[in-house]
Parts: sequence; C-alpha cells; structure tokens
Amino acid sequence: MTTNPGSDGGVPATQPVGANLDAPAQVPPSPAKGMFGITGTGDVSGFGGLVRRRPTTVDSPRPFGGYFDEVYDALEEAYPGFADAVEKVVVDRGELTLHIRPDRIAEVCQIMRDDESLRFELCSSVDGVDYLGSDERRLHVTYQLTSMTYRRRVRLEAAVAVGTSLPSVTSIYPTADWQEREIYDMFGVVFDGHPNLTRILMPDDWEGHPQRKDYPLGGVPVEYKGAEIPPPDQRRVYQ
Amino acid sequence: MTQSGYATERETTEGRVFTVTGGDWNTVTEGIDPLSNEKIVVNMGPQHPSTHGVLRLVLELEGETVTEARPVIGYLHTGIEKNLEYRNWTQGVTFVTRMDYLSNMFNEAGYCLAVEKLLGITDQITERTNTIRVMFMELQRVASHLVWLATTGMELGAISMMLYGFREREYILDIFEETSGLRMNNGYIRPGGLSQDLPESAVKKIRDFLVYMPKKLKEYEDMLSGQVIWQERTKGVAVLDVTGCLALGITGPVLRSAGLAWDLRKTMPYCGYETYEFDVPTATTGDVWGRYLVRVAEIRESLKIIEQALDRLKPGPIYVEDKKIAWPSQLALGVDGLGNSLEHVAKIMGQSMESLIHHFKLVTEGFRVPPGQVYVGIEHPRGELGVHAVSDGGTHPYRVHYRDPSFVNLQAIPAMAEGALLADVIAGGASLDPVMGGCDR
Repeated sequence: MTTNPGSDGGVPATQPVGANLDAPAQVPPSPAKGMFGITGTGDVSGFGGLVRRRPTTVDSPRPFGGYFDEVYDALEEAYPGFADAVEKVVVDRGELTLHIRPDRIAEVCQIMRDDESLRFELCSSVDGVDYLGSDERRLHVTYQLTSMTYRRRVRLEAAVAVGTSLPSVTSIYPTADWQEREIYDMFGVVFDGHPNLTRILMPDDWEGHPQRKDYPLGGVPVEYKGAEIPPPDQRRVYQ
Repeated sequence: MTQSGYATERETTEGRVFTVTGGDWNTVTEGIDPLSNEKIVVNMGPQHPSTHGVLRLVLELEGETVTEARPVIGYLHTGIEKNLEYRNWTQGVTFVTRMDYLSNMFNEAGYCLAVEKLLGITDQITERTNTIRVMFMELQRVASHLVWLATTGMELGAISMMLYGFREREYILDIFEETSGLRMNNGYIRPGGLSQDLPESAVKKIRDFLVYMPKKLKEYEDMLSGQVIWQERTKGVAVLDVTGCLALGITGPVLRSAGLAWDLRKTMPYCGYETYEFDVPTATTGDVWGRYLVRVAEIRESLKIIEQALDRLKPGPIYVEDKKIAWPSQLALGVDGLGNSLEHVAKIMGQSMESLIHHFKLVTEGFRVPPGQVYVGIEHPRGELGVHAVSDGGTHPYRVHYRDPSFVNLQAIPAMAEGALLADVIAGGASLDPVMGGCDR
C-alpha cells in the first residue's frame, strides 16, 4: 500500500481513489501485496505458498530401547552381510525401522522369518510410500513384520528409484503376493521373481501409477443446478 | 458329428460353432471325449449373490471339481487412500469409515489410533473415550458377525438366518444412530476423542441389547448347530491349517478356527483391552464349521466386554485437553439432524472472537502432525486391520495405507477351493467373510 489515509495520524498526502464526499475512501491494492499484507491468492487455509521441508530421517543412537536392541543384535549375528545391507536404523514413536538395501530385502526377510531368536512368522503388511522430491530413490516399500512368538513388530524399508526393481518376498511370505501387486499397480515398483506381477486394483489397461505423488487426484467437475464445482485437487484450497 | 445334415458348423473368432437341430445331441456329445473335454471355465462374478459383493472368481472345473480358482478384485476400488492425501487429518475419518462398510468403527478407530500415535497423544485419550471406543468396536464386531451369519446362512440355504441376522444387526445400528446420528459410516471416532458424547438413551438401549442378544444367539444355535444340512455344508469344508494361514497372512476368526489363539486385543492390546476380562475362542478343525463356532463364541465374548465397559462408564471429557487438537464443535442432535449446538454457535458468533478464530483455523486448516510414520494394528472382525500412516509435518496425511484383512484373506480362496467341489467354493469364500469395500478401498 503506497498511501494509507490516517496512517501517520495526519491528513493523507494524496487523495485515495473514490474519496469524495459521497463514497467511502478506497485505497487501491498494490500489485505486490493484498489486504493485511497477504500475497498470492489470499488463501486463508494455511497452504497458500507454503513450502514444506521434509526433515531427513536420521540414524537413531544405541541403545534403541525395548526389544529393538535384541532384534538388531540377533539380525547382525544371523546375517553375514548385515553391515552392508542395513543402511539406517530409525527408532521413532516406539517403532523400529530398519532401512535395507533393496537388493538384500529378500535375504533379510528370510533371516527374519527363520532365525530362532527373530521368528517374524507373519508379514502383516507390505505397502509403498512415494517420497517425491527427497532423493533419487523416492519410492519406498515398507514391510511390517510381526513375530507371534515374541510379540514384536519391526518395519523394514527399502527405497528404490523409478524404473529399478527389488526382489520379491513372495517365496518367503506368500501373503506378499497381492500386496506387491498393489504396490506395482499404485507405484510402479517392479518386484523381481513375483509369480504374477499384474495390476490388481486398477484396470489392466490403466496408464500411470495413481498413488505416486506426481499423479493428480483426478476427478470430474460436479455440476449441480447449473453451477460447476471443480474436482478436489483443482479447488483453490488444495492446490 | 461333422456329417452334413446333422449339425452344421462354422468357424468364428470365438472358436467353432455348431448349429444343432432336432435330435442331434447324441451325435454331438459322442464326438467329444468326456475325459479330456470336460474342463470348463466358469466366471463367477463380479455380479453374483454368493460372492459378498463384487468379487470375481474365475474357476476351472472338471465336472464339479474345481481345479483352479483365481480371485479377481478391484471392482470396488474408489481411491480412498489417495483422496485422504487431499484432506486434513480429521476429514480422513469420513473417508476411512467407508472402506469396510460392515466395520466402520474399526476403520475409524485404526485411523485415529494411528493419528494419535503420530501426534504422541495416545496416553492423553480420556478414560471415557477409550471405554466408549471399546464398547462401540465390540458392538460393531457383533453387528459384523451377525451379517456374516446372515449372509453365510443365506448362501448355504438357511434363509431364515439371513432375516434374523439382519434384524438383530438393525438393533445395533439403532444404537449407533442414537449416538452419532448415522446408522453406518458414522464418523464417530475422531483423532483425539469422539464426535460427541454417548447419550443416556443409548446406554439404555445397549443395556436392553445385552439382555436381548444372548436369547437370540441361543435361537441361532438351536436352528443351525444341530441341523444336518448346515453340518454337511460346513464340516471338513475349505480347511486351512495354521501353517497355511500364517504363510498367507490370514488372521482373525479363520486363524483362530485353525487353533492359534492370536487376537491382537490380547497379544498387543490397545484402547485398554488388557483391563477387560474375556476369552479368545478357538476351534481346532480349521474348516467352515470351526469358523462358525468361533464367530458365534466371539459374539458372546464381545457382549461380555460391552457389559464390562458399560459398568465402568463414568462421566468425563471425551476429547483430549489440548485445544489445538480437540475438535471445537459441540454437536447436538436437533430436529433437523446432527449439528453444532445452538449454545456453541451463540458463543463463537456472539461472545468470543478468539473462539471463532480458533474454530475457523482448526476446522479449515486442521492441526499439524509431526513428521514420521507409524503402523497400528487392531483386531478387526476379519483379522488384523493395519494402518500405516505417514506424516510430513503438514495438516494433511502424506500417505495412509490400510492393510485390510479382507484383501489379505481373499488370497486364501485358491488354497481352500482347489480340489474341492464347486459348492464348497461358496462356503469357503463366505467363511473368510470378505467385504469388498475394504478389500478394494
């Protein structure tokens, strides 16, 4: 705002537009800033122009606490390639995450399932997360393993770049069959050695992988009584 | 059969087509070797009354024996997980409750427990809220098992069971309606608490239900357990042992029917389940019959938990103390449905500017959740419901994945069906209790 009537407590230096006897004073908004100094769309939802920085996950220091140290040590003892395969260990909110090199994930799962002191018999869930903009290996595949014997949970995480593959764990945990198919369908991660890696939720001839972060939400405009509402991701608040 | 005058034939893109007239059937059938040519492929679904929704099974049959079964899913995929990423954390409840439409409370509870774990407020959830959550989850479990009994009864020829099961379920839905305003898709459990308090009228309804239900349960058992057809259709059918269950990731009543008493309410408790007295029913047969016994017994255990929860229900707050998370509304049931109470509207609109600002910011923008990821598993009527929630520090979920038990359990259909009779595919599939809304999400 170039001039503001009454801002210095005195008479404005220039006459604002519309300031005559009949109309209330109007100050033309400056092109750079709107009312109350807001730039951009004036979106009050809190997302307008917000640049969010994703904090990098850091290695957790030992001791990890709880059973996490036991799991870590048991895996180190049972798996000869341990130092090479484990990229990072994160303990957060009472959960242990082992970041595994993608080409070693099947070997690690095998040890996790079979070793006497680990015994993660059940692969509860396998799913993907797309960390677009983090680094080249943006597609993360997480494996939630459950040990029924010791009542423990551990998460394995393997990060791959778009276009690279990682070994399938279906020969170790057959339950991962459909879940890996879903990750392939939704993120485009290819699992080597999967018996039947086809789309599962989307139609067979679908193009693109919908859960990737650079894939739009999509949708069609909704028309109601002549008015049109754009699809969710094109509404101002979500942009 | 190729003699002219008996059956004319022509080649089409679909294969050879015979035009048969009059009494030529003998000639046609004689020409086909019954041993090698009796393999047919039947496409069961996606529109089939016995597949619990839009599940498609491609079955290869030799006579009445299934040699290969391939489930095809995805017909009810609605992209709920993707949609969640475009809404704030509280709005997510509205989406997830629509996944598995027979266990809305579990979808909501799993999601809210995950959000609360991300926020680090799990310990701050009030006692009353936890008690009501447990009570409603157990009511939902009873409702879900009743639908299972109803639909499975119908599929195996016990139509009366279908009517009874849905009748009793409606009673539970009435309780939900009394409390949340909705029969299904309640949106009742919210991050940090509940959308509104449990009214006294609902407490009375639950008390009545606890008297009413055991009698009905006895009736079901009288009707089904001793019945020869029911036994013949279920005993020794679709057997899956513990090894098979674990390999395929099958949890819930199917795993317990094989003999392993794995119930997350006992083994990895949440919401204070460790303070309730109840048993984990198991069977050893691993067949449809065992799953029937386990589910009926689980209804009884759920009723026990509901009774204990009612007894310990004390007045108190339902939301966490942190006003930056607790939803600022005070809902009340008016003549035109559920909405903000008039007192609350009068306060924020007429008396307190700060209340209005606070309300506006929290409702439009939502709260921020510290970055990180969690996995929460709860015991769903069908098995382990896992919620993997990832936050990047914003007001929207970065990614939420549902490990829905229906999705994982359906993988067992080939293991159960192959080598068995076609009719047993129906019984085996029904015994998994798949809900396609949850499976396809």
